[in-house]
Amino acid sequence: MNSLDNFILIGFPYAALCVFLIGSIWRYRSTKFKFSSLSSQFLEGKELFWGSVPFHWGLLALFVGHMSAFLIPRGVLAWNSHPARLLVIEIGAFIFAIAVLVGLINLIIRRLSSDRLRVVSTKMDYAILGLLLLQVITGLWIAYNFRWGSSWFATVLTPYLWSLLTIQPDILAVSALPWTIKLHIFGAYLIVFLIPFSRLVHFLVVPIHYIWRPYQRVIWSWSRTDVRNPKSPWSIKRPRNN
Amino acid sequence: MDIRAQVSMTFHLDKCIGCHTCSIACKNIWTDRKGVEYQWWNNVETKPGTGYPRKWENQDIYRGGWQKNGSGEINLRGAGKKRGLLNIFHNPHMPVIDDYYEPFTYKYLDLIESPAMDDQPTARPVSLITGKPIDIKMGPNWDDDLSGTPDYARKDPNLADLSAAEQEAMFQLERMAFFYLPRICNHCLNPACVASCPSGAIYKRGEDGVVLINQQVCRAWRMCVTACPYKKSYYNWHTGKSEKCILCYPRLEAGHAPACMHSCVGRIRYLGVLLYDADQIQDSASDDESQLVDRQLNMIMDPFDPEVIRSAQANGVSDSTIKAAQQSPTYKFVKEWGLALPLHPEFRTLPMLFYVPPLLPVMASLSEKNTEQADKADPIAKIWSDKWLYDTSTEELWGTIDQARFPLKYMASMFTAGDEGKVKTVLKKLMAVRIHRRRVTVGDIDDNKAETALKEAGITAEMADDIYKLTSLAKFNERFVIPAAHREQAIEMLDFAGDTKGSVGFGFTEKPTRGI
Repeated sequence: MNSLDNFILIGFPYAALCVFLIGSIWRYRSTKFKFSSLSSQFLEGKELFWGSVPFHWGLLALFVGHMSAFLIPRGVLAWNSHPARLLVIEIGAFIFAIAVLVGLINLIIRRLSSDRLRVVSTKMDYAILGLLLLQVITGLWIAYNFRWGSSWFATVLTPYLWSLLTIQPDILAVSALPWTIKLHIFGAYLIVFLIPFSRLVHFLVVPIHYIWRPYQRVIWSWSRTDVRNPKSPWSIKRPRNN
Repeated sequence: MDIRAQVSMTFHLDKCIGCHTCSIACKNIWTDRKGVEYQWWNNVETKPGTGYPRKWENQDIYRGGWQKNGSGEINLRGAGKKRGLLNIFHNPHMPVIDDYYEPFTYKYLDLIESPAMDDQPTARPVSLITGKPIDIKMGPNWDDDLSGTPDYARKDPNLADLSAAEQEAMFQLERMAFFYLPRICNHCLNPACVASCPSGAIYKRGEDGVVLINQQVCRAWRMCVTACPYKKSYYNWHTGKSEKCILCYPRLEAGHAPACMHSCVGRIRYLGVLLYDADQIQDSASDDESQLVDRQLNMIMDPFDPEVIRSAQANGVSDSTIKAAQQSPTYKFVKEWGLALPLHPEFRTLPMLFYVPPLLPVMASLSEKNTEQADKADPIAKIWSDKWLYDTSTEELWGTIDQARFPLKYMASMFTAGDEGKVKTVLKKLMAVRIHRRRVTVGDIDDNKAETALKEAGITAEMADDIYKLTSLAKFNERFVIPAAHREQAIEMLDFAGDTKGSVGFGFTEKPTRGI
């Protein structure tokens, strides 16, 4: 069991992180055209609503939840010190996970039942859907059977994750966890691993900058002001058309 | 004043014969690929009709364009920062493929490879998406020439303003009329597609105003499809990128007319540069609906005005472009003669494709029996054997326009946001040109009447002659005045000239930075 633990909890996470970082950057630089959410709403728009919307919003909430336990464990523990508040956060997270599950099942049914969608589906799309389904089910199972995950995540998993990040891996506490939790952890690393090879890259290009940019965009092939500035003959900014 | 150049178009609808040659020229060059088979960057619609995609003009369905809110500002109707980002997982007002049509082909090989049988073999239609047999429900130009039909013409969104009685009169078999509306991307000054793109993939080229989608940056958030009120941004279902009319910019840069314009059989299309004041864009697009057309036309500046030229030069507009603007046929139609109007100005995108509204369906065919105008017909009126009249005028100079068989309200809803007066002004000018030319060439209209017609229409005889010439005699180079693309600058569109300017031979193999 020890060598498997070492692989799942130390070896694989580093490999996944490296592959994710190098792979995503490499893919963004070399095959930028393929960076797309690959929306299939155009081929099937109605059922997508009941899949995509609960799935994405639920996932967003769960992601924020996991990240806050990782980034501010003390804050989470302080919040959880009151049983009522703990209940709120646990039940809330559970509801979001159910939303993800329902959305995901709808998305899988939709993709399998439509002739048009089968044409635009790749093997990786099915693999990702299956992996996500496994991840949500194990997550729900853990939340139900090993109560108050938000608290023990902050006390057991957060130190482990930080130990990984600081390159001093300490898996003593984590390796004692039940196998379902380990499966969930492994699933998470597998998803990170697969990001550069799948449509999941679209979350890396979430258009946050849209909030700040002006609505209209006009691009000149050369800067109209810089080119007339005698002070900057060698430092004219590169046009960003291409 | 911030003067910029825009390559702009005028379509003369009286001359369109609805042959779809433009659509085919465009399709063969740009959209003959997987994923874009259903896209017609150029399409020709029969009006009244529902168009492509179906009922695209009805923004209650598609939520395209801009709308003015209570505080007088304009925001995108179905997209924008808040609405767009909140709906990014599912865009509720986006048209889906069935709103256009499912692309198809026929299994032609079955015709020759079929074994001998009692019955003739058939070529079954198959979907170009799934490859499986389908029953074709829609196709490109499915409603071509079907004016008057309940499924298409009567569902035209422009009929909303017309009373039931007016609609009925319009669709009586004897009075029925229709015209063609060729459409390409309008390359707007206030483009909704650009504003709606969360990735910032869509942009307007500063040099010539062409609106383009950067395929490397598009991430399929598909907001532009909703935001464009003309539905001229299309989603490529295969690559997961949006695509749209590029105004054949590779052809333009080489001095050629865009394919749709070059191939136009009726020679209805004109292309030329307009100089406009970019400072006015925001105010013009936000004005009251009744002012939109005037405000947009006011933005277009006189290319002979020295101040305008100075400002244009300061903005880097090259002299050859200014010269092209001075000879621009579009400027003549839109500003000098006031004959061309934008399509659906109420969408507030400031479209830069202008239409000369059609006179023919308005004036054609007065019935001898049921119109008082028929009694006042000129002696020169052509009276057909079945007692129908077809003429440019009756004794009352503008009788056929005042009692048009084709409701001006319909055209006003297309070209002037409901202002019938503006449509009437244009039609009177078109009619006056006809009366004037009839006097010149046939001579059976007395001078007095012709002069009155010109005067009341607000044009001079010289102007009428110019309109006539550019409408019917214009040669290729007069219809398309394309500014030089300046090859010496063109490299800067792709590369940074500074990289090669300061270097030797093939450049540096390593970046020549100082130090390590």
